[in-house]
Amino acid sequence: MTDVLDNEANDLLPARSGNRAWKKLKHNRSALLGLILVSFFIVAALAAPILPIADPAATSWSAIRKAPSAAHWLGTDEIGRDILSRMIWGARASLMAGVVSVIVATIIGVPLGLLSGYFGGWIDQVISRITDALLATPFLILAIALAAFLGPNLTNAMIAIGLSAMPKFVRLTRGQVLSVKTEDYVEGARAVGLADFSIISRYILPNVFAPVLVQATLTVATAIIAEASLSFLGLGQQPPDPSWGSMLNVAKNFLTQAPWMAWWPGAAIFLVVLGFNLLGDGLRDALDPREG
Amino acid sequence: MSAVTTSEKTVDRPLPPRAPYILETRDLVRHFAADGSLFGDKAVVRAVDGVTLGVRRGETLSIVGESGCGKSTLARLLVRLIKPTSGGILYQGRDISALSEREMRALRRDLQFVFQDPFSSLNPRMTVGAIIEEPMRVHRIGTRAERRRRVRELLARVGLRPEFADRYPHEFSGGQRQRIGIARALASGPTVLIGDEPVSALDVSIQAQVINLLEDLKEEFDLTLILIAHDLAVIRHMSDRVAVMYLGEIVELADTDALYDRPHHPYTQALMRAIPVPSPHARDMVAELTGDVPSPLAPPSGCRFHTRCPHATELCAQKKPHLEASGDNRFVACHHWRSVADSAAGLSEEPARPANAAHRLALYRAWTKKQGQNPATQSPTDQAPTVPSEE
Repeated sequence: MTDVLDNEANDLLPARSGNRAWKKLKHNRSALLGLILVSFFIVAALAAPILPIADPAATSWSAIRKAPSAAHWLGTDEIGRDILSRMIWGARASLMAGVVSVIVATIIGVPLGLLSGYFGGWIDQVISRITDALLATPFLILAIALAAFLGPNLTNAMIAIGLSAMPKFVRLTRGQVLSVKTEDYVEGARAVGLADFSIISRYILPNVFAPVLVQATLTVATAIIAEASLSFLGLGQQPPDPSWGSMLNVAKNFLTQAPWMAWWPGAAIFLVVLGFNLLGDGLRDALDPREG
Repeated sequence: MSAVTTSEKTVDRPLPPRAPYILETRDLVRHFAADGSLFGDKAVVRAVDGVTLGVRRGETLSIVGESGCGKSTLARLLVRLIKPTSGGILYQGRDISALSEREMRALRRDLQFVFQDPFSSLNPRMTVGAIIEEPMRVHRIGTRAERRRRVRELLARVGLRPEFADRYPHEFSGGQRQRIGIARALASGPTVLIGDEPVSALDVSIQAQVINLLEDLKEEFDLTLILIAHDLAVIRHMSDRVAVMYLGEIVELADTDALYDRPHHPYTQALMRAIPVPSPHARDMVAELTGDVPSPLAPPSGCRFHTRCPHATELCAQKKPHLEASGDNRFVACHHWRSVADSAAGLSEEPARPANAAHRLALYRAWTKKQGQNPATQSPTDQAPTVPSEE
C-alpha cells in the first residue's frame, strides 16, 4: 500500500508551464498587432519632449495649410503649426485620457462591485440600482453632461469619462464575484476563520482580476474615442494644447482645402482604438482558463 | 460482506467506551427559502429538519444518505458555515449556534472542514504552501519560519513532497489536491475534522489511499472525525457509528457493525440491499427502493419514508415516528422497527457457496497462484458500492 501511495502522490509534475497567458498572447497574431500599435503610440507619446520635432504651438504665417512635404511631414494646420508635432503631443492627451479615466473607473467601480456581489442584501440593492440608473443613460451623453458640469478641461474630461465608464466595472465585478463566491475555496476561507475583508482581498479579488483587466483594456479604446469626442465638442483639451479630437474639430472646416488635417488625427484614433481592441480580445483569449 | 472482515474490524478498533460528546446538535433545523411564485407564500426547503445528534470525542461518525437528504447542509451547520434556522449546536458543551462571526472565527481553529471537490476547494491564485499556511496565519500560530517548516512537515505527512509548497493547485491531480486540502485542515491543530464526501470525487483507486490517510491522521492527531458519505463500503471501513439521514431527518443511528449486520429501519435496509454482493449467487436480489426522494419542499406527512417503504401502514402516513432507543446504543425512527428488523437479519452476509462452486473456485485460485497472478477475488472493502443517487 505504501508503495502505491507514494507513487500516486509523488508522480513527477509536468514541467512548470511558465507564464501560460503570455505564451498564448505571443502566438495570437492579431493580439500581437494590437500590442505593437499600442506600444507605438505609447512610445511616441512618452518620447514627445525628446523627439526633434517642432514646437506644437509655434505658428508660422508663411506655412498655413501646407500639404505634407519634407519640411512638414504631415503638413501644417490653419495657423501654420506642424501637424506631426501636434499629433505626437496630442497622443499624450488621448492616451492619458484613455488610461486615467479607466483607472478612475476601476478604482471606483471594482470595490463597489466587490461589496455588492460579496455582501448582497441591501448593499447590493443600493449599488445595483444606482448602477442600473447610470447604465440607462448613454455613455457619451453622460460623459458630455458630466464634463459640461465640471467645466471644460482635460482633467475634468477624464473624470467625466471615468465616472461614465464606472458602472460597467461595477456590474462586471459583481457578476464575477457572484460566480467566484460559490467556489468551495471561498467557503474554505471562511472555514479556516478568515474575516470578510481578507476573503475579499485574498480570495475574491485575485480571481476576478482577469476579466476586469480585459474589460479595462477594451474600455481604454472607448475612453480614447470619448475623449476625442469631448475635445471635438470643445469639452476636453483646451487650445492651444493639441489633442486629436480638437484637431478634428478644426479640420472639419477645411475638409476640401486641406483634407490631411483630418486624415492624421482620424487615422491615429482609428489605429490606437483598433490596437486596444485587438489587445483586449487577445487578453481575453489568453486569460481564459478554459482554453488549452 | 464476509464475517471475516467484521471480526478483524472489532479486534482492530475497539469502540471508545462511551466517550463524552464533543459536538452535539439539539433539534437542529435549517430551512432555505426557495423561489416561490410571485403571489402566495414563499416555498421553504426543509434541508435539515430537527436533527439531534451527539458526536463522541475520538470517534468516527458517518452520516449517510441519498443526494439531497441534507447531509451536506448538516455538515456545514456543524461548523457553523451556515447558521441554523433554529435549534442548538454544542461544542464541548457550549452553544455555538448563536455566536457572532467574530466569536466563531476563534473556534474555527478547532473545527476544520475537508471539501468534496478538490478542484474547487483550493484557491487557484495561491501557492500550495500559502494555502496550507493560511489557517496558521489567521490564528497567529508560530512565527513565519515556524509556519513554513510546519507546512513542509504537513506536506510530507500527507504524502506529498515538501518542495511542492511553491507550486500552484492546478499543477496537481485530484488525489494530490485532496491531500493538500487535508493538510490545510490539519494546520491549525483541530480537534474535530468534518469531511463532506472527502473521497467521492476521486478515482476509486485513489479513494482507498485518501481514506487510509485520514484514518492514520485521525490516530496521530487525536481527531474526532465526522464523515459525510454515500459510499457504504467506505463508511463501513472507517466509522465507529453511522447516522442514516432521509429527507432532513436522522432515521437510524447505530454502531457500524450492528447497523450493517441488522439494520432496523426499512430505509437502512434498502440501502444495504443496494450494496452489490460479490457473489454470483446473490444476483437475484432486487432493489426494493423505487421512486425518487420526495421533494423537501413538501415532505410527506407522518413518516417521511412511508411513500417508498414496503412496510408502510396507515399509521405511518399519519403519525411521525420519533427517534427511539432500539437496543444497545442505537436509535431508530420507525413505528414498526421490531418486525422490520427481523426481516433483515443477516442481510449483509454473503450467501453460502454451493459445494461445487466452492470446488471450482479453489481450483481457479490454485491455477492463478501458479501463474503468479493475484487472485481475482478481492476483499469486499476494495469495492465501492454506492447508494443510488440522482447524480
